[in-house]
Amino acid sequence: MGLLYGLIAVGLALIFGLMDVVNFAHGEFLMLAMYVTFFLFTFFAIDPLLSAPLAAAALFVLGAAVYLVIVRFAMRAKANVGMVQIFATFGLAIVMRGLAQLFFTADYRSVPNSWLGGKTVSVAGIFLPQPQLFGALVAIAAFGGLYLFINRTDFGRALEATREDPGAVALVGIDKNRVFALGWGLGGALVGLAGAIMATFFYIYPDVGASFALIAYVTVALGGFGSVFGAFAGGIIVGLVEATTALILPPSLKSVGIYAVYLLVVFIRPRGLFGSM
Amino acid sequence: MDTNFVERRRRDLITAAGLAAVAAIVPLFVKDVYVQNIMVLTLMYAALSQSWNILSGYCGQISLGHALYFGLGAYTTALLFTKFGVLPWFGMIAGGLISAVIAMALGYPCFRLGGHYFAIATIVIAEIGLLLIQNWDWAGAALGIDIPVRGDSWLKFQFTRSKLPYFYFALALACIAWFVTWWLEDSKWGYWWRAVKDNPQAAESLGVVVFNSKMGAAAVSAFLVAVGGSFYAQFVSYIDPGSVMGFQFSLLMALPAVLGGIGTLWGPLLGAVILIPLTELTRSYIGGSGRGVDLIVYGTLIVLISLALPQGLVSLFSRSKAKGATR
Repeated sequence: MGLLYGLIAVGLALIFGLMDVVNFAHGEFLMLAMYVTFFLFTFFAIDPLLSAPLAAAALFVLGAAVYLVIVRFAMRAKANVGMVQIFATFGLAIVMRGLAQLFFTADYRSVPNSWLGGKTVSVAGIFLPQPQLFGALVAIAAFGGLYLFINRTDFGRALEATREDPGAVALVGIDKNRVFALGWGLGGALVGLAGAIMATFFYIYPDVGASFALIAYVTVALGGFGSVFGAFAGGIIVGLVEATTALILPPSLKSVGIYAVYLLVVFIRPRGLFGSM
Repeated sequence: MDTNFVERRRRDLITAAGLAAVAAIVPLFVKDVYVQNIMVLTLMYAALSQSWNILSGYCGQISLGHALYFGLGAYTTALLFTKFGVLPWFGMIAGGLISAVIAMALGYPCFRLGGHYFAIATIVIAEIGLLLIQNWDWAGAALGIDIPVRGDSWLKFQFTRSKLPYFYFALALACIAWFVTWWLEDSKWGYWWRAVKDNPQAAESLGVVVFNSKMGAAAVSAFLVAVGGSFYAQFVSYIDPGSVMGFQFSLLMALPAVLGGIGTLWGPLLGAVILIPLTELTRSYIGGSGRGVDLIVYGTLIVLISLALPQGLVSLFSRSKAKGATR
């Protein structure tokens, strides 16, 4: 679970690190990815294992579109840039939730009998549910892939360069908008992957994103804004803290542990664990 | 200080008094309960947003957890009333003081955090409060509290026959929040806050006690929001953790100020007057089927307004004023 939190949070951290924007519709991106997976399964019997890349692709397109249609303009604001982008993406979140209610109804849905669903696998004597295990593997793979992408490809380098100095890259002939759109697309794709996996073991409903979004913000901030590695590490910590809290406190309070750890960390280290500046 | 400024402040005060007088007469002619209900909510949100604006707009500490103070006010009043029979008036003051103290206690560690770290800390703290109340059986846990009707009087702050008393209290609250903002704007605190918002380091070097002025803003802001919460509890006579303390509520409180103009005197009021009736009307005219159309309309409006008018609706007025001046 921690690795999945990490995967959700990495997308958020990528966008934030790139352009200092927090996407308040991130949870709704996740919700949409879960629905995409659900519908591919119900109508075309495509197993979440196979549809994960499709969900990622769909969310890549959505992420890039959201940047081009909304965020690009929010960034142009001369005053209150922070608030404008918060409310522009928050408004988008409300719209997405409304659309989900309209088209998918408020019913709880699940992906029954997927290839992974409900099965467990025994690793060194410990029984682990297959979907979660698979999710962890995908998350590690995606993180590795992202790392290679950022460090080994031209696009990735452009991404890094734009993050460091958006003004200077324009001089070298890199189109800032394309890089930002790519960043949003990647962020979307990562949360798309996470959503596809989570669809195999979570109920799907229009508000599902909200509960994970807050955890994602905490994860990112815990690791330190702008640090992709930090987000991933934050995810692991959050997963562990959640599991530990669940042992001590009633299930309805399990998030309290995560929040408390976040507060503790930032009070001691106001920049998060791996944040620079 | 130039005379322009003094002149403008006097004009603001006169305008506000005029608006309040007009607002006070309106419900004598508008008898429709549904419309009166919307007017009460509008005034309440104007007051809340104005209070939020003190800490987040003037002082620049973006709080996305003000639902905590609203909930504290609502719960303190409701619990004192239902469990001990304490009159809501005392509950209101108690809730306000508790909120102010808690705001300062939380401010102590939080004000060292910058930007997004601060905003997320406020969300997280409010969320912890929400979860704790949801699991607190004595306070009704997730089901909330039903406030019993024990009469119809100003003393008990319960009115079953008419919405008018609620309206006048909400109007008074909006006026108080506005006046406090107006008064602080030109006080030592007001200047400190703007200095802290614009450049904390420079403010510090010029002798502004950054930390203390943030604490002051937090206390005033939390107190007023808690009074709003107390009022809300009596007004709807039923509260539950999700509806008074949820994250959504923190945003709803900030929204009028953001749309109207953050860190401005008139922004929150203007935002509330436009936004709240709009919200209520979309909800009742298109949202009845529960199919999310109202959310779509509402969300789209938020996106469009925040993109089109980043400085808020008040910027429209000041722009036209500036043009007039150059002519």
